[in-house]
Amino acid sequence: MIRFDDVTFFHAGASTPVLAGVNLHIPEGELCLVTGRTGAGKSTLLGAVNGLVPRFTGGTLHGRVTVDGHATEDRAPQEFAELVGVVGQDPLAGFVTDTVEDELAYGMEQLGTSPEVMRKRVEETLDLLGIAELRRRPLRTLSGGQQQRVAIGAVLTAHPKVLVLDEPTSALDPTAAEDVLAAIIRLVHDLGTTVLVAEHRVERVLQYADRLVRLDGDGRVVDGEPATLIADSDLAPPVVRLARLAGWEPPPLSVRDARRRAAGLHERLRGREPATNTAEPGAARLTARRVTVAYGQTLAVRGVDLDLRGGEVLALMGRNGSGKSSLLWALQGSGPRRSGTVDVGGTDPGKASAKGARALVGLVPQTASDLIYLDTVDAECKQGDTESQVPPGTCRTLLDALAPGIPGDRHPRDLSEGQKLALVLAVQLSSAPGVVLLDEPTRGLDYHAKRHFTETVRAQAAAGRAVVVATHDVEFVAGAADRVVVMAEGEIVADGPTAEVVVSSPAFAPQVAKVLAPWLTVEQVAAALAEEAS
Amino acid sequence: MSLRDRWPPLPRTVHPGAWWLWSLGLATAASRTTNPILLVMILAVCGFVVVRRRGDAPWALAFRMYLFLGAFIVTMRVVFRIVFGGGQGDIVLFTLPEIPLPEWAAGIRLFGAVAVEQILGGFYDGLRLATMVVCVGAANALANPKRMLKALPGALYEIGTAVVVALTVAPQLVESVLRVRRARRLRAGGQKGLRALRGILIPVLEDALNRSLALAAAMASRGYGRTGHVPRGTRLLTGSLVVTGLLGVCAGLYGVMDASTPRYMGAPMLAAGLAVATAGFVIGGRRVRRSRYRPDRWRPGEFAVVASGLATGTLMYLTTRVDPANLYPSLNPLTWPEVGLLPAVAILIGVLPAWLAPPPESTQEPATAEIPAQGTAPAALPVGGPPRAARK
Repeated sequence: MIRFDDVTFFHAGASTPVLAGVNLHIPEGELCLVTGRTGAGKSTLLGAVNGLVPRFTGGTLHGRVTVDGHATEDRAPQEFAELVGVVGQDPLAGFVTDTVEDELAYGMEQLGTSPEVMRKRVEETLDLLGIAELRRRPLRTLSGGQQQRVAIGAVLTAHPKVLVLDEPTSALDPTAAEDVLAAIIRLVHDLGTTVLVAEHRVERVLQYADRLVRLDGDGRVVDGEPATLIADSDLAPPVVRLARLAGWEPPPLSVRDARRRAAGLHERLRGREPATNTAEPGAARLTARRVTVAYGQTLAVRGVDLDLRGGEVLALMGRNGSGKSSLLWALQGSGPRRSGTVDVGGTDPGKASAKGARALVGLVPQTASDLIYLDTVDAECKQGDTESQVPPGTCRTLLDALAPGIPGDRHPRDLSEGQKLALVLAVQLSSAPGVVLLDEPTRGLDYHAKRHFTETVRAQAAAGRAVVVATHDVEFVAGAADRVVVMAEGEIVADGPTAEVVVSSPAFAPQVAKVLAPWLTVEQVAAALAEEAS
Repeated sequence: MSLRDRWPPLPRTVHPGAWWLWSLGLATAASRTTNPILLVMILAVCGFVVVRRRGDAPWALAFRMYLFLGAFIVTMRVVFRIVFGGGQGDIVLFTLPEIPLPEWAAGIRLFGAVAVEQILGGFYDGLRLATMVVCVGAANALANPKRMLKALPGALYEIGTAVVVALTVAPQLVESVLRVRRARRLRAGGQKGLRALRGILIPVLEDALNRSLALAAAMASRGYGRTGHVPRGTRLLTGSLVVTGLLGVCAGLYGVMDASTPRYMGAPMLAAGLAVATAGFVIGGRRVRRSRYRPDRWRPGEFAVVASGLATGTLMYLTTRVDPANLYPSLNPLTWPEVGLLPAVAILIGVLPAWLAPPPESTQEPATAEIPAQGTAPAALPVGGPPRAARK
């Protein structure tokens, strides 16, 4: 169905190719997962399918890409609309109209589908994706998972043979991601759609994939059976890494398969306890009492009590829109707070000046790049020093500790997501706050960057800071957090040690816990097995 | 179908064109008078119809903004008359110290004696303009502006989409500015003026640029701008016909509304413009390979709305011919404005859509309140807690 013949692609002005001599054939009806580190060319590969690369992005493409026998070099992306449906990373950015029903019909209107057929297909699609009750809702008022499903529905109504999805679940909470994935699986099964999906969160999609396409970052592309290819991949999800430890061949791809083979491992781990962070948390760094945040008539946070202790990493979880961000902003003092008190060492950051609040609590917002506006990394660091009134070079030293080797003359926009996050974190840490709040920092980070970021977070806690990370990423939480707070509708519904909260919840349990509860991470299991061996 | 089946009208979306024609009718009526009583009546009619027939969508709440804009216009007019227009009228209220101006600025006076006539003149004038603005605001609140663009003829489709996209960009820009300003506080840069502006502008512009590129790519991959096989010449011809025609229509409308323009600028210009534009649409429409999802149709409700608006406008226009005395209350000598029967009836006809037009549909999911309370209601409650609408 999709065929790449000796495809090489250079970005405009680049000397090394993003894709080099790619030969790839994806048969009809397959679900194909594209993996690779950030910047390895996943989006380029996906964009080439309907000709957006190179027609929209610039650059030069050699070789030939054909979909169902039609070559992208002969036709504009517009003419591929009935053949290939493309859903981008941010569904909201791709919406043209403003209500769900109109959005579903938009593609068909372009193709000149007759009104009767349009009406029928819109109803069918609403049912297929389970969004019928949203039909009249304005798109901006939908939650992330709903928006993503509408975006998929909007391309489906044109009945494309190929569906291309770029990171469809990266920004979603676990439950919303399940919904979106269920919808995709249904398309593959019921409609025989060929699906090409790129995803950082490999663990979510791997078990459904018929084929794995691996980009190694040097332009080469390898494709084949998921179980074979993932076995030695550095982007393997926890179950596969667990399989390597236990010596299961071929590795199981789903939690269910792993569980069925885990009896022996259970036996070996009997009588052992997962190693936990034994360091006693320090004194309370921040005390919040009855914090309430309201926007007009909407209550975002309802009377939340929270203590943040030094040396402790707290993960703030909960579905999209449950009040996590509002709570973080209220704790930092820059966001609105209707009532309640926040106390950091005797001072209320909400009443302090912006400078004062920043020295007490540092916050890295969801779109971290909002904080960056200068031309070079060095200029940003210098600005950070001035803002925090610290000796010149402090910010740069922090940055080197977080992410070594970033050239100072690099434009901040050209950094990878992980480096950008490190830069913003360094700027925020330069004023040496005792409390650090991070809003969705793991978005867009691949496994490597995430592992590195876990170390960063642990190091901050080890330095005596209280760290809060709002995130959807259960694997990250299992590896990094000491304590988990779950929010729903602006209230705290669970608060306790990571192992306790996470294991008891079906949505927030990491893969290893689903197989081997109470063990949470591959590292814990590895440590226990190493102990056994010695 | 008998009248009984049609009454009361069931909730549905009214064709946006109907609301626009209705509001243009009211605006025309407002442009024909400076009588404050009549103008306030028109304002009341607009407000009443909007309150009864607007939906719960965000744009429907914009009506308040137009009211503020109207108040601003009136205030500005009065203030200008006080500052610049001194010296007219006999009944002096108070005298401000006059600022002497050089010789070459003769004819302009700053401050000085403030007369009742002067203030009232400004007030009447401002109120007329404000009422016309509010009429347009009423149309905006009653009809989704984007749906109006959707009702555009096929030849104007591309322009319509461009406008729709531009309309979405504005609130998004505001949103990004707010977000980035909040984020700037986190860094406590403390810069003022241009440097602070740079800190906000660069992330916002970058955001906007990224978003528009993403949107352009998404639109292209969904088939927007498929040109098919239409020769370039035809496209140019239709384009220029349509644009020329619409310019003619605008000029014509201006002529009809403004009593002081020469007569040939009015109705004839309007008709000619319409003819040219229609020709463009017909030629353009032939090559359109797009279709329209659930288009708004003209039904009796729409005709009733349009008829009432046009009746108001036409009756007012007739009044200017028959009995114009009360439409422009005299300032010299100062008299209390009086209201004739004909203009009052004309304006009151405009309020009929408050009952005749079908009520709007709710954009929310069905709320529990809409489930008939027949004792069995709890069984009909959706599983999983209160529905979203109730939580909002």
